[in-house]
Amino acid sequence: MKRLLKTSYGKAALTFIISLILLLFLRNPYYIGILIFLGINIIITTGLSLLMGYAGQISLGQAAFYGIGAYTTGILTTKLNLPIILSFPMCLFLTVLIAFIVGIPTLRLRGHYLAMATLGLGEIVHIVFNELIPLTGGPSGFGNIPLITIFGMELDNDYKYYVFVWAIVSLILFLSLNIINSRIGRALKAIHKEQTTAATLGINTARVKLYIFVLGAGYAGIAGFLYAHYITFLSPGSFGLGFSVLLVTMVAVGGMENIWGAFIGTTVLTILPEYLRFFHDFDILIYGVILMAIMMLRPEGLYGIKIPFKRVTSDG
Amino acid sequence: MNLGVQLLQYTLSGITVGSIYAMVAIGFNIIYNSTGIINFAQGEFVMLGGMTAVYLYKTLHLPLFVSGLGAVFIVMCIGILFERFAIQILKDSSVITLIIVTIAASILFKGGAMFIWGKDAYVLPSFSGDEPFHMFGATILPQTLWILGFLFLIVAALTGFFKFTIVGKAMKACAFNRRAARIVGINVNRMVMLSFALSALIGGIAGVIVTPITLAHYDRGALLGLKGFGTAIFGGLGNMGGAVAAGIIVGLLEAYSAGLISSGYKDAVALIILLAVLFFRPGGIFAKKEEQALKTF
Repeated sequence: MKRLLKTSYGKAALTFIISLILLLFLRNPYYIGILIFLGINIIITTGLSLLMGYAGQISLGQAAFYGIGAYTTGILTTKLNLPIILSFPMCLFLTVLIAFIVGIPTLRLRGHYLAMATLGLGEIVHIVFNELIPLTGGPSGFGNIPLITIFGMELDNDYKYYVFVWAIVSLILFLSLNIINSRIGRALKAIHKEQTTAATLGINTARVKLYIFVLGAGYAGIAGFLYAHYITFLSPGSFGLGFSVLLVTMVAVGGMENIWGAFIGTTVLTILPEYLRFFHDFDILIYGVILMAIMMLRPEGLYGIKIPFKRVTSDG
Repeated sequence: MNLGVQLLQYTLSGITVGSIYAMVAIGFNIIYNSTGIINFAQGEFVMLGGMTAVYLYKTLHLPLFVSGLGAVFIVMCIGILFERFAIQILKDSSVITLIIVTIAASILFKGGAMFIWGKDAYVLPSFSGDEPFHMFGATILPQTLWILGFLFLIVAALTGFFKFTIVGKAMKACAFNRRAARIVGINVNRMVMLSFALSALIGGIAGVIVTPITLAHYDRGALLGLKGFGTAIFGGLGNMGGAVAAGIIVGLLEAYSAGLISSGYKDAVALIILLAVLFFRPGGIFAKKEEQALKTF
């Protein structure tokens, strides 16, 4: 049993089982809604943590890829009446393509260039969502996005959608854990430690980083797809710079060095606002304080923090 | 209004906005030169400058001149505090941690501004009235001349500072090689603090002088910072003259596209330039070919 949990499929399966057990205890649809969002956020931050923790790069445009995924499937299924089975590969293709175009030049550069390029891309995408009114409905958005039907069953309530989202979360975790333990994962760790040494060892550093960046964008596209068919209504407000920064905050607060850090950080920062309702708009100030405090006091993040009565093991 | 006059009008407004971008870009350059950090909170300094000036003027009823000066001073102090209590402590951390800290600071500044001043936009009166000048049929607001004057003043003062004062030369030495600077007895820590102070100061000035034209709003910093960064990259990161030229070019392109194509996509222009320069000439448009080949980015 213990050995099974050390494998990536063991961990992914355990995540799925725990999420199902949680569902048995949660009878309040409001909480289920929050956990669906949690799953969607975790899909994005898992990709972002691979990029930040393993490739040592930062993307401030994940919300743009999320938005591109959501708008692509939204527009294709409502305006062109395309079936979801076709819109899904299209939204994956488009996010990956755009990430590829942005990633190739900037990942050859060192340092902060990817951060700024993705930030710029995020703003451009946001402007396009606002201005391309015939397709996107502009600032007021558009609705009536169809629900997902899988094996003849329409995912028409939160319970079904919850299971669907968390199944995908588990798949993403499985895939990501495997990537970390693969040749590419080891190459990433080498790059993160010392880029020059990694290059000397024959690792094509730009290509490996590009690979992870594109993968993370693809994850965000999938998350956008899930968001669109859950909310069934899209407007630009959900895909702005604020959300990109929040995603980076989630990863940094949880711990960049580990996928489960992103999992923890996302959980904390998705659930926390529900308890901060009385702060209204000032939650952004709280995020800033939390992020600053974590960076100053514990730059490695919450993951692996030693709780006195319960030891947390620290293997990835 | 015929097309010629219209073009002149766009040119004037482009130069005005471009001057502000140039100031933000100079702020980026100063911190980048002495630390290698891109300060994501740079745009927030501009926002804070405007907001603080409005507060001093409207709430404390100080004279406009004193409010402006006070606001610039306060923003400079914020820059110093930020450096002392965050950057200084983390100076040996990885680049990614330092980026995240400046992002955290920008969230804090923005959140703090919203907390204190709410979500309204505020305006300051122009420094010398709103009576416009007329030139070949185009109108020039007096504030435009103030902005251009300040840009000229900042560039002249910085050039003098880096060329003729011992502290300025010491900062330049840090930019070239921090370790070597330390060996010849330069207090690198102090120079880093000074660079944050200078950069916040310039941001504060930009914020105060632009508020009579574009209003101050808590949410203004991020986009301004991003455009300022695009400008800095365009002119060559760390190159002050380049920043000024690039600022004016970006401002002009933005004004022309807003006037002649569509105002909705105006903000995208600077960002598309940013991406294009990053892709094709990461050393900036003024970098020589050999320089471009030697530098690692």
